[in-house]
Amino acid sequence: MSTILKPKPGMAVRGPRTEGPSAWMVVPALVFFLTFAVVPLLGVVFLSFTSWNGLGAISWAGLDSWQTALTDSVTLNALVVTAKIMVYSLVVQVPISLLLGVFTAGNQRYRALLAVLYFVPLLLSSAAVAIAFKALLDPNFGMGPGLGIPALAQNWLGNEDLVLFVVIFVIAWQFVPFHTLIYQGGVRQIPASFYEAAQIDGAGRVQQFIHITLPQLKYTIITSSTLMVLGSLAYFDLIFILTAGGPGYATRLLPLHMYLTGFRANDMGAASALGVILVVVGLVLALVLQRIGGKNRSASQLEGA
Amino acid sequence: MNMRTTKTLTATASALALALGLTACGSSGPADPAADSSSPTMWALTGSSEDIFRSSVERWNEENPDKSINQEFFANDAYKTKVRTAVGAGEGPSFIYGWGGGVLKSYVDAGHVDELDEFLAENPDVKDRYIPSVLENGVIDGKTYALPNNNMQPVVLYYNKQVFEQIGAEPPETWDELMALVPKFNDAGIAPFALAGQSKWPNLMWLSYLVDRIGGPEVFQSILDGEEDAWSDPAVIEALTKIQELVDADGFVNGFSSIAADAGADSALLYTDRAAMMVHGGWVYQNLKNDAPEFVESGEVGFVPFPAVEGGAGDPANVVGNPANMWSLSSTASDEQKDDALAYLKDELFSEEYTQAMIDSGAVPAVNGIEDQLAQSEDKDFVEFVYGLAQDAPSFQLSWDQALSPAQGDAMLANLDQIFIGQITPEQFAENMNATLGK
Repeated sequence: MSTILKPKPGMAVRGPRTEGPSAWMVVPALVFFLTFAVVPLLGVVFLSFTSWNGLGAISWAGLDSWQTALTDSVTLNALVVTAKIMVYSLVVQVPISLLLGVFTAGNQRYRALLAVLYFVPLLLSSAAVAIAFKALLDPNFGMGPGLGIPALAQNWLGNEDLVLFVVIFVIAWQFVPFHTLIYQGGVRQIPASFYEAAQIDGAGRVQQFIHITLPQLKYTIITSSTLMVLGSLAYFDLIFILTAGGPGYATRLLPLHMYLTGFRANDMGAASALGVILVVVGLVLALVLQRIGGKNRSASQLEGA
Repeated sequence: MNMRTTKTLTATASALALALGLTACGSSGPADPAADSSSPTMWALTGSSEDIFRSSVERWNEENPDKSINQEFFANDAYKTKVRTAVGAGEGPSFIYGWGGGVLKSYVDAGHVDELDEFLAENPDVKDRYIPSVLENGVIDGKTYALPNNNMQPVVLYYNKQVFEQIGAEPPETWDELMALVPKFNDAGIAPFALAGQSKWPNLMWLSYLVDRIGGPEVFQSILDGEEDAWSDPAVIEALTKIQELVDADGFVNGFSSIAADAGADSALLYTDRAAMMVHGGWVYQNLKNDAPEFVESGEVGFVPFPAVEGGAGDPANVVGNPANMWSLSSTASDEQKDDALAYLKDELFSEEYTQAMIDSGAVPAVNGIEDQLAQSEDKDFVEFVYGLAQDAPSFQLSWDQALSPAQGDAMLANLDQIFIGQITPEQFAENMNATLGK
């Protein structure tokens, strides 16, 4: 998303404008990226062809780790769980955060106050959120018995049909504020003149929302969805603390499966293979989402405004 | 690939790498700012024995300023991951806290811990103070690599005397009696058993005891030895079937697989009279003393050995649990650190104050000749019960998740979890677990 700055009168323009900033400026970012992303990634690719328990010597194992990782039914299950969490998170979070974003974009004082309240979960660490929910969801000492509402005293974390939705709820609780913030910014960028013109043409609230707000938020939706999709590939701390992947393997999603394979079962080879799969899936998804966003993302949507 | 795609790729990859990297370093703790690089380091666990470890090192450092020890504490789950990574990288502490079993063996195989036989030969007093069956857990391939540092923690059946009185029942001595109690307590609106199923490892105590009672310790030994199809042993299948029967009979508290052990929500059910019984480790008594002193002081907490199974081949006197935790010495420590560490093991570990402090906390140290001190303890009933249990046990089986290799232990806990929630059958469990043998 590049913005082209037109030089204002009196602003010094150094060098021919067509060349842009010096290529040297990319060096700090590149060094950082190579050291902390590419080098470890190459290390992981290397480890995926070895056998290592984290303690002894690293020995070459060819494709053994890949075979272990790919033929293990738990891996397939982890992929399915990851996909489910990804899809359900999108389905739940996009509408809620979109509507909340539109709502909090209004200028009324009470909306500003509500917006501040909505953002509170964003300030908490995932670990704190998970520990708090774990305590709240306890069927004997949690919120159900505490509030005297038996319906809330379910086997939330132990029922394999319920637990996935509990996880998605807690994720939504934590991340909806963040996406609301993104949508709020997006909505505030829409020129008021659009709405004025629509009102003159006799469009109602709902029509304004469908015909102006939604199309204008297209790129905001894509940005926010990209973050949600890639985020669900990285959900780890929250689920690790909340359910540790259980009951059974019901919430053992790919990053958690990778961690448990590496640091619980101490099979660094298979864990590295899973890590590579995770990176590849992440890159493919990011690319697909960028494609959906259209070829030319810097095209203005504000023509005529 | 055009520029924009490359940029997207780059950005995504770096975001992913960052996210993964940030998660990975989340568990590292701060180092002691006053750390002197020449003094030995000790990593210990928070929880039931924390005060004893802390005061012991404080006492030692005061009396031996030239041999002082740097001590750090960690929570159980975080510690297990951290110490392994640190030891593997050659950055481990001089004193490595452990459980013996499969993890200790992997340290030994990779040459990360020192053999202690020479030290024990020079200091026979040290060796003689331990109960032999407990010391045995630090022995790998005939050599000693770890020395017990705290109490024996056999798994026992705790019960709430008041609710037993309420329905006029006696604690179960056999499995049939246990099953017969289940409907009685359910009718009275009391959960028969508390269980922290969400933490997974509490489930294991049921399986280890039932397999031992039905088939004897040999069944698990052949699993440990990696014999083919060892998990398909009829004793394992019968034990798993019995567990599922108990679950189906509502033997465990409603929603047990949502209950986590870390906050003590399982023992809370016991002392708030909502559950009648709980099968749990010896450390629970120490925790009860802290969390519910009036429950312990009024003598309402009862404890009996795990019931016998009719017709079972195992001796009902056998116990499972944690014989004790142990100190191993890192082979990467400097000679000076090792000398100081050995001096601590010789002179301070299980010194009179150490042993007494442990008994006062309601625990039974893994040492000989403490009968008199136990008899004077305010927790006389419990400590003498545990001491007798451990002394008379023909077999003291280490918790399976510690005894097995980490890969098998992890798979076993996940599969057992599925047994408890009825997702798989005992035969599927055996099949899944047979596939992990030798890993």
